[in-house]
Amino acid sequence: MSENINYAKGFRLKTWLKLKPFIKPYFLRLAALITCMVITAVIDVILPVFLSYAVDNFITPKTTDGILPFALLYFAAISLSSVLVVIFTRLSMVIEMGLGRDLKRACFVHLQDLSLSYYNRTPVGYILARVMSDTGRISALIAWSLEDVFWSIAYVFSAFVSMFIVNPTLALIVLAVVPPIAAVTFFFQSRILSANREIRRINSKITGAYNEGITGAKTSKTLVIEDRMTKEFGDITTEMYKANFRSARLSAFFIPIVTFLSSVAVGLVLGKGGYQVMGMAMPLGTLSLFISYSLALLDPIRQTARVFSEIISTQVNIERVFALLEQPCLISDTPEVINRYGTAFEPKKENWEPVKGHITFDHVWFKYPDGEDYVLEDFCLDVPEGTTVAIVGETGAGKSTLVNLACRFFEPTRGRVLIDGTDYRERSQLWLHSALGYVLQTPHLFSGSIYENIRYGRPDATDEEIERAAALVSADTVASKLENGYNTDVGEGGDRLSTGEKQLISFARAVLADPPIFVLDEATSSIDTETEQLIQKAITHILKGRTSFIIAHRLSTVRLADIILVVDNGKIIERGSHKELMALNGSYAELYRAMEIKESIGGTNAKRPPS
Amino acid sequence: MKKADNNGILFLFKGCTKGLKRYFLLAALCSFGSILFNFLSPQIIRITVDSVLGDKEFAFRAAEYAVNLLGGRNALRSNLYLCAVAVFACALAEGLFTLVSRLSLSHCTESCLKRLRDRIFGHIQRLPFSWHTFNSTGDTIQRCTADMDVIRNFIANQLLEVIRITILIATALFLMAGMNLPLTLCAALFIPIVAGYSGIFFAQISKRFRIADESEGELMSFVQENLTGVRVVRAFGRERFELDRFDEKNNKLYHKWVDLGYLLGAYWGIGDMVTGFQVLTIICVGCYYACSGGITLGEFLVFVSYNRTLAYPLRRLGRILSDMSKMKVSCSRLCEILSAEEEGDGENVLSADGIKGDIEFKHVTFSYRSVPVLKDVSFHVPRGTTLGVLGATGSGKSTLCSLIDRLYDADEGLIMIDGHDIREYDRRSLRSKIGLVLQEPFLFSKTIAENIAIAKPDSSMEDIRAAARISDIDESITGFANGYETAVGERGVTLSGGQKQRIAIARTLICSCPVLIFDDSLSAVDLGTDARIRASLKKSAKGSTVILISHRINTLMDSDNIIVLENGRIAEMGTHESLIAQNGIYRRTYDLQRAAADTQEDI
Repeated sequence: MSENINYAKGFRLKTWLKLKPFIKPYFLRLAALITCMVITAVIDVILPVFLSYAVDNFITPKTTDGILPFALLYFAAISLSSVLVVIFTRLSMVIEMGLGRDLKRACFVHLQDLSLSYYNRTPVGYILARVMSDTGRISALIAWSLEDVFWSIAYVFSAFVSMFIVNPTLALIVLAVVPPIAAVTFFFQSRILSANREIRRINSKITGAYNEGITGAKTSKTLVIEDRMTKEFGDITTEMYKANFRSARLSAFFIPIVTFLSSVAVGLVLGKGGYQVMGMAMPLGTLSLFISYSLALLDPIRQTARVFSEIISTQVNIERVFALLEQPCLISDTPEVINRYGTAFEPKKENWEPVKGHITFDHVWFKYPDGEDYVLEDFCLDVPEGTTVAIVGETGAGKSTLVNLACRFFEPTRGRVLIDGTDYRERSQLWLHSALGYVLQTPHLFSGSIYENIRYGRPDATDEEIERAAALVSADTVASKLENGYNTDVGEGGDRLSTGEKQLISFARAVLADPPIFVLDEATSSIDTETEQLIQKAITHILKGRTSFIIAHRLSTVRLADIILVVDNGKIIERGSHKELMALNGSYAELYRAMEIKESIGGTNAKRPPS
Repeated sequence: MKKADNNGILFLFKGCTKGLKRYFLLAALCSFGSILFNFLSPQIIRITVDSVLGDKEFAFRAAEYAVNLLGGRNALRSNLYLCAVAVFACALAEGLFTLVSRLSLSHCTESCLKRLRDRIFGHIQRLPFSWHTFNSTGDTIQRCTADMDVIRNFIANQLLEVIRITILIATALFLMAGMNLPLTLCAALFIPIVAGYSGIFFAQISKRFRIADESEGELMSFVQENLTGVRVVRAFGRERFELDRFDEKNNKLYHKWVDLGYLLGAYWGIGDMVTGFQVLTIICVGCYYACSGGITLGEFLVFVSYNRTLAYPLRRLGRILSDMSKMKVSCSRLCEILSAEEEGDGENVLSADGIKGDIEFKHVTFSYRSVPVLKDVSFHVPRGTTLGVLGATGSGKSTLCSLIDRLYDADEGLIMIDGHDIREYDRRSLRSKIGLVLQEPFLFSKTIAENIAIAKPDSSMEDIRAAARISDIDESITGFANGYETAVGERGVTLSGGQKQRIAIARTLICSCPVLIFDDSLSAVDLGTDARIRASLKKSAKGSTVILISHRINTLMDSDNIIVLENGRIAEMGTHESLIAQNGIYRRTYDLQRAAADTQEDI
């Protein structure tokens, strides 16, 4: 997956401010959460005071008077702290998941609006990572890590307040150890983090290698390259060993060093404080209090260092998510259109004009957003209601351009496309799309039953209507072969069915929608002869009475067309009926004759493309 | 091999721990050393408080000896920094032990895991073809990655931790008991409570975690489907419907995690409460004993400090206990893969290096999971000739190829190459002489050139291009921006089915095998390309024995001999002309394909 965004090294406030509208609904809860953390930190600082109090007031004078109120107070403190833990865990979880949910939703909504050209150039895995894992990282940081910083700061601060109140000299000694500990911690933390990132990167490489090694195992066998594959895999695991060891080495040095630094504080306190104790300038309990604090300061410093490196690394996640959210929609409805016809999510169907299916290309110029040359120049074509247009040409010649324009998956760069005499930009996208039936070359089904998949064409259809639609295009033969008939789950992406079967189901889906405009991108892949005939029958049935665009690969389909467009190198080089084109004696005739020669050699195949 | 051995962690790591045990021992010893010094530090403070600052008797003779060595109590009182130095020294020693322990443990576990990963990968590569057919790819990958991670986590983070915590608790209790038994019992009372409570909670938490994880997976596949099906969503104008379903799944995810949050909160809260209560108990009871003279002030401080050292490891122990059951499950799932038997060879193996390619089937019968696939199949393909095979899906065509390549062995009958039973040949050398192009070829995520040269890595660019030219793909490849260096797969270009097939053909041709088998490997290319490839094959692979499997009559008609398979039996056999004359399946298929062409002629 290509990473287009560069790693921003430093902290960038602008990036973080983008999160503001998403954090806003959780502002109160965040405030409550931070309050919880601060109170917890203060209690954590107070607890060692109890110990020093016990030393000075019970053990040194050798009396247990007043130990009951002492114990009760201590108990109250730990109870309060425990309750706060329960509350802040809940709050953090609610904020994390709530924020994550909102970010995911925003991405999803925006994805439903983004133009198809975005999907054409962006791999699904890439988008999926933005929607699912980047949003998760961001919300986890906001909900958990930032709070740790508040706890840490509050803890360090109140610990020093407590120390300075009790004994300023010793407090200064402890304070002197903090900067070196912090320096060492920050030094190691950023390195440990990048080492861990490296481990994750290699880990995904290993997963990829397993994936390939297992999926391709049969191929490895036939090519007798098992040993080579195993050796190559060994190189990756060696890399993994090295990365893991590097990371382990870092933390192996880091932890002893900071622990040692904190014992320096303990030692200094013991040395200096010991004299004061001997000189009766300080009670013994205070000494124990200082020792507790010197040891306990390590944790908040580590937490802070960790969160700081997390903040820097999460910045990238924010940038990625917002790169998606700020991706411009190349095709969007004007405010007036939205006002009248509604959005994709809130349509105002009562204002929709019925679609008859008369499509006109009116002096259309078109180039793809990422292309340089015009693929259509001043193109005019009138497709009256009920006409069938077939588009033929070599693979990759650009046959889908016209279909993309007619469906408004792309809009003309110049010129207009008229539906029933009106520029379609004066109507909402959903208005046109609701009038479309679309069957793809590689038909896409959703996981769920056959009923659910066909019903996708018209949500309010009854089971009987679905079965009728299926029967019209012979999709009932597919259902009858499966164990639970129409209720059989077709698996993710319809994987349990063959391409031909998926196509029959998607025909049924289109028939059920009963659209005035029908678009078909014929399958090129191999389909067995029997299914092939069923599909031909289904196509004939669907085309009746509809305006249709067909990207045709089968001559039997071309035969059904009123208008044939021959595409080469992205441009339309010939147009007309079969007879006209044959009379023209140009490319189409040439294609046709080449086919005839082949046929004279021997038998042919129904799947042969007209090229 | 005993059966019981095939399931445990010992079987899993068999052969992976060689030379590593001493590192593990070193890690354990150093870990013990660091614990000792960790416990020594509070003792120094205790002695300083009690016997240097105070006037108590020395708790141990060793301490008295050490103090006397430094010049006695009074000298120390005026040079208190020496006590501080002792604390540093302890910390330094503890640090060094920790360092060595961590480094040797890391070397030990990571080497061990590397060997385990390599072992599993190599094992999977060498498992027989049938194993790969019967086992779901997704499940196997899941085992190799997710289950492996569980085991890695356990080995790297928890195995030594269990030992360390056990030593830690035992040492602490031992030292505490030396000072004051009743107080030690008070502290020890909490051990089963904390460990038991964390264990129980953790089992619950992992259960909810799994549920939350599943709902995340659900949302993930939903979004993925929406994205891959974006054209369908748009074309039917179903954005609202999709959003509603997304919201439903997204909210479910939210609620499942928040549910988990409740439990986690309770777990942490109660944990803090119990730990806090333990400290409180020790302080109060300690005060009582200190006042009644049962312990000194220094001892009291040591007690509190040791007690604090105990609290967190105890909570971890509970977690590790519950993780152990997860580890056992993962372990047995991986062992299942490892205990499947690898493909072996018989003893009297013959090298297939010089084979000429005369293939004969004699009454071959084969069943696949007790379903008969091939029944009494006999035919002969003389060296250098071409055999065409026609048959419907499920007629046994692909099995036929697999048998020649010894991906499976026949149940009955004999398959001979150059007059020898193919079971006499070394499997791998036989396969390297038989070029089998599978129906759905798999390309590796390398460059196109590397893919074509994969079975013959020392091929020159000229060889690669020559092979690509024969399979009519050279032109398409040079059309890519990076030509032959274009990466295949996720990170690179998306190839069409026909392009993949042609690259697969090229990578087989480059080996110049005496036997070439094309298992419907031209199905996704158009007829013209199909004809071109066959024509150039005829020239370049002259002398090779070729078996062509197809459902296109056009592809088969030029073959020297054609067999028609029906339900695992040879229904018809002969040349194109004789089969046309026979009026059987071949003729019917021919007519059907012919008729389709005829209708087109009316255009």
